[in-house]
Amino acid sequence: MTYLADVAALTHKDLRIELRGRDTLPAMLLFVLSTLVVFHFAIPDDAGDTAAYGLLWVAIVFTALLGLARAWVPEQEHGVLDGLVLAPCDRSAIWLGKTLATLAFLLAAQAVALPAFVLFFEPLDATAVAGVLLADLGICAVGSLMSAMAAAGRAREVLLPLLVLPLAIPLIVGGVGAAVSEDGERFLLFLLLYDAVFAVLSWASFEYVVTE
Amino acid sequence: MIRGRGLEKRYGRKRVLRGVDLAVPHGGFAVVTGPNGSGKTTLLRLLAGLAHPTRGDLLVDADRSRIGYLAHEPLVYRELTAVENLDLFGRLYRIPERRERIGMLLGRFILWEARNDRVSTYSRGMTQRLALCRTLLHDPDLLVLDEPYSALDEEGAALLDRELESLVGQRTVVVATHDPDRLARLQTGRLGLG
Repeated sequence: MTYLADVAALTHKDLRIELRGRDTLPAMLLFVLSTLVVFHFAIPDDAGDTAAYGLLWVAIVFTALLGLARAWVPEQEHGVLDGLVLAPCDRSAIWLGKTLATLAFLLAAQAVALPAFVLFFEPLDATAVAGVLLADLGICAVGSLMSAMAAAGRAREVLLPLLVLPLAIPLIVGGVGAAVSEDGERFLLFLLLYDAVFAVLSWASFEYVVTE
Repeated sequence: MIRGRGLEKRYGRKRVLRGVDLAVPHGGFAVVTGPNGSGKTTLLRLLAGLAHPTRGDLLVDADRSRIGYLAHEPLVYRELTAVENLDLFGRLYRIPERRERIGMLLGRFILWEARNDRVSTYSRGMTQRLALCRTLLHDPDLLVLDEPYSALDEEGAALLDRELESLVGQRTVVVATHDPDRLARLQTGRLGLG
């Protein structure tokens, strides 16, 4: 219970900071909507479902990257991460709190992006939406860890895509597969397995990323 | 109690600390001095448990939850208020009756009136006083203070003097400072670096 209380306090703190500063979510919303609008006018009508779903995933992954790039900025200002690391809570709670907050921002962006996609392109069935949600979970779990690693280095903006994009490729494959394949459930299972494995790895390794 | 022997710290090829020996008994008050770049901050980070020595033996007889670390940076969120910052750390440190403790510290460091203002609106001196509140919040057994007087005006410095005086003999304190004379009457030992 104490662990969950720590996670709740840390997530709540991130949501509060975003509500005050509005640094991340407006940028994510603007990016994902403008990307879908550009794609709507750029691709021909006969391009097909697969192309449309592929473009949706380009928008999702880069929107997530935008959120992840800002994820640890409040901790970098005034060196707060040292303060959190020194606190007697389980250090993985810091990662979990950040992952949940980033997931909340990504879901908020998609609450606007997915209806826009349906409006501009194709309808999304339940399997496709489930694929998006599962991939969100994976991106945020792995991305929060990679973002913490990138934040420790000097060239955060350059390093983050290099760390996250290779790990996001299976998620994109799974997400697109869930949307276009007739055997979409198999891709959902794949995404579920990816989420479970990488969430556990990220949870267990976070302590080594933030300590010497 | 702190005991360090032959402490060395390297970052890549750069050696920032070399052959440092120190011993601070329980209730001791050690002052660390030295010019910029002599390794004061690095030594304090080792004592706080934020870094590990590359060589040498270090024993710090205090649990992580019982260490209070004041860094160069205040370690508080700019977009949160003083109360919100202290409440977050109070939860993480599992402080019983944390609201009373927070109120008492904010009053003592003359931040009560500004308790609901965001830290981003604070002056440097106010931010440093809030950082001191965060450091003392969990009533630590070991205090590791890196340049605690920086950015404090005379009133703030006098507050800190009184706070440190009340800790002498009760808590183990290690302070890095460029102004060791200010702490001369409190110190039980001094370590010069560089």
